[in-house]
Amino acid sequence: MPRINSPAELEEFRKDIISKRDPNKPCIAVCTGTGCLALGAGKVVAALKEEIEKQGLNTEVVDTRETGCPGFCERGPIVVIYPEEICYLQVQPDDAAEIISQTIVSKKVIERLLYVDPSNDETIARESEIPFYKNQMRHLIGNNIKIDPKSIEDYLAVGGYSALVKALIEETPEQVVQLVKDSNLRGRGGAGFPAGIKWGFAAAGKEKKKYVVVNADEGDPGAFMDRALLEGNPFGVLEGLTIGGYAIGASEGYLYVRQEYPLAVENVTLAIKQAEEYGLIGKNILGSGFDFKVTVHRGAGAFVCGEETALLASLEGKPGEPKARPPFPAVKGLFGKPTNINNVETWSNIPLILKNGPEYISSIGTENSKGTKIFSLVGKVTNTGLVEVPMGISLRDIIFKIGGGVPGGKKFKAVQTGGPSGGCIPEEHLDIKVDFDELAKVGAIMGSGGMIVMDEDTCMIDVSKYFLNFLSGESCGKCSPCREGITHMLSIITRISEGKGREGDIEFLEEIAISTKNASLCALGGSAPNPVLSTIRYFRDEYEAHIRDKRCSAFVCKDLIAYHIDPEKCKACMICSRKCPADAIDGAKKQIHVIVQEKCTKCGTCYEVCPSGFGAVTRLSGEPVPAPIPEEERTIVGKSK
Amino acid sequence: MSEIHLQIDGKDVEAEEGMTILDAARSVGINIPTLCHHAELEPYGACRICVVEVDAGGRKGIGAACVRSVEQNMVVNTRTEQIDSIRKILLEQFLAHAPDSEVLLRLAKEYGADKDRFEKQSSFCILCGLCVRYCTEVKKKNAIGFFDRGSTREIKFFPEIAAKECKDCKECFPLCPTSYLQAAYHVTEALAFPSTFSESTSKE
Repeated sequence: MPRINSPAELEEFRKDIISKRDPNKPCIAVCTGTGCLALGAGKVVAALKEEIEKQGLNTEVVDTRETGCPGFCERGPIVVIYPEEICYLQVQPDDAAEIISQTIVSKKVIERLLYVDPSNDETIARESEIPFYKNQMRHLIGNNIKIDPKSIEDYLAVGGYSALVKALIEETPEQVVQLVKDSNLRGRGGAGFPAGIKWGFAAAGKEKKKYVVVNADEGDPGAFMDRALLEGNPFGVLEGLTIGGYAIGASEGYLYVRQEYPLAVENVTLAIKQAEEYGLIGKNILGSGFDFKVTVHRGAGAFVCGEETALLASLEGKPGEPKARPPFPAVKGLFGKPTNINNVETWSNIPLILKNGPEYISSIGTENSKGTKIFSLVGKVTNTGLVEVPMGISLRDIIFKIGGGVPGGKKFKAVQTGGPSGGCIPEEHLDIKVDFDELAKVGAIMGSGGMIVMDEDTCMIDVSKYFLNFLSGESCGKCSPCREGITHMLSIITRISEGKGREGDIEFLEEIAISTKNASLCALGGSAPNPVLSTIRYFRDEYEAHIRDKRCSAFVCKDLIAYHIDPEKCKACMICSRKCPADAIDGAKKQIHVIVQEKCTKCGTCYEVCPSGFGAVTRLSGEPVPAPIPEEERTIVGKSK
Repeated sequence: MSEIHLQIDGKDVEAEEGMTILDAARSVGINIPTLCHHAELEPYGACRICVVEVDAGGRKGIGAACVRSVEQNMVVNTRTEQIDSIRKILLEQFLAHAPDSEVLLRLAKEYGADKDRFEKQSSFCILCGLCVRYCTEVKKKNAIGFFDRGSTREIKFFPEIAAKECKDCKECFPLCPTSYLQAAYHVTEALAFPSTFSESTSKE
């Protein structure tokens, strides 16, 4: 492919691509994002290709496309067949023959691979009608299933790079900054700072050398929206970045991608190469005179490098530790030059603003939070995956309408938003509108969009301990309130979970939390106490029960629970004693079983395997374990029939 | 050089652009405690004992006086209830590492910090980084560095460099607010280059 030298040539080329594509020709799109690949999507693709050949078809008749993640990870591997948009879930290689012979050749839908609506047991064939998708607003992630992330032609076919053309040809850099300001787009990385204002600061810098940076160091446990965007539509991010470079006057861009995202690195590296070949990155882009170069940098696996000053330090080859702001990166950033750094999702929004006008973003959402936001909905929720919703939707709609509620008939307890520095929100606040300010009001944060649903089996002390443990290893350790505060909070909470809590611990935790929040150098420390503060705020009674009654009502804290076999109910079936991995159950045929507490590791296997008809194993917490039944009384006298 | 007017603890202060709040305060005799600050080193802002309340044209917050630059009409308060309580708790956390440090005990008295309030920590080091930064920035030897991160961060000598450079220098020793640095050095010396260690001890 020769280089494209002007907007006219680009449009010509786009027309040419589209004209060669028959919209009615069947195309089998298979998600090959990291989630589906782990579930075997690679083998599904291979099986489909093999079947196409075996059944005497070829690429003249049917296309296959390996795409990025459309979001419904719970039901992967996902296959969507165009033009009908038939969505097959949990597809296995064995299904390939049938998909080709039935759906492609005979145009028949395979019922067993469709989504079944749990409310009425009816199947749904069209992807967009599945409730999980129907209630979303997929402006950013919607293209993922429609393009092969390794093909710039696919991106051009869906209108890619028309936003860059508009920016370079019709708008001055100042106008582009103004458009981003007018959209009221706020940064999607966590703090929610207005993107246009941030751009304006860097654009105002007088220096000749400036930089634009993509923060793709997505590190929140359970969050993977940036991975999906970068893996599934790297061109969208690159187009946004190039527009940003033009707007602030930067001729160089960096993508800082976390080490753990090899597929994202692979796809974006290839995308850069293709964009360079087509002249969409490089010298004199589309004849505009604008030069732009992009480099991919892999992070080395530090959560704190998601903090912008730490990221820039790491990019410079220095230890990834935050620096005090001001000076902000917009004034003194990468290599001391004005730098604009935004998160992947923020950059992905930029082409939409240019292409559709700022109102495309600003008309959606609440007063101060505009546009859509992608959340990674995980934990105790039926439909785990990525969901893109308009700002202002309620938490309840996300969790119950889109997420399908809590599985297994369990009760909802809390939702944790904002990653390790976020907060836990209880049932009473489920109707708040999801936006930057409302989440902050209830003690949580938007963060980058992690959303972990918790059910009644979750212990909030354990949740707090988990996040503090994560942060104690991920704090850089430079500033003392963060390093020492997290260490001490973790040790106190661990003590509470072990039944060694003392009166005054809650107040002590609050005191440490507040000083850590107020005195830390960067946002990691500033928000690290949120899990502690929000769980104390909403679940203080659980802390009190752990401290005073040594009781864990969710039966999670092992030092506070015990298992016991009710001698009245035990039928001496031997199941629990055989399954016990610690050999802690004394029992024989016709001998009532007894748990030897000293040997018990509290794994809960006996509780799970005891036949529900017997229900002899009980869980205890905060109360003494009854003495074992004397050996001479253990024999069960068989009843005569 | 443009003059900047600001107010610190109700006092009008004239400062120069680029000056830190700490320097501006000291120029008028207002003392702000520091632990990781050193005149010969780049401002670091890590111990946070120098935090002050700052109001910069309505943008209110807490900043480290050793790194935050003065701004026109800034209002700074160095001793509020909030600041004192932060300093108290930080000192208590440092004392959990080094309960006998004179520098810390002196400050503890001023801020009412209780040295036994936090669980004792195994290391005497409070990670102010003075030794590491002095060796890097002033001596340019890099004989000592930070290892690991978060709650397991620590300072360590690089034996190969330390064996060559440290014996006749030891300029970092008096900078250490606790006794940890000397201990770390002697452990390194004893384990990694015992020949010089025995030599030096036999001479003494």
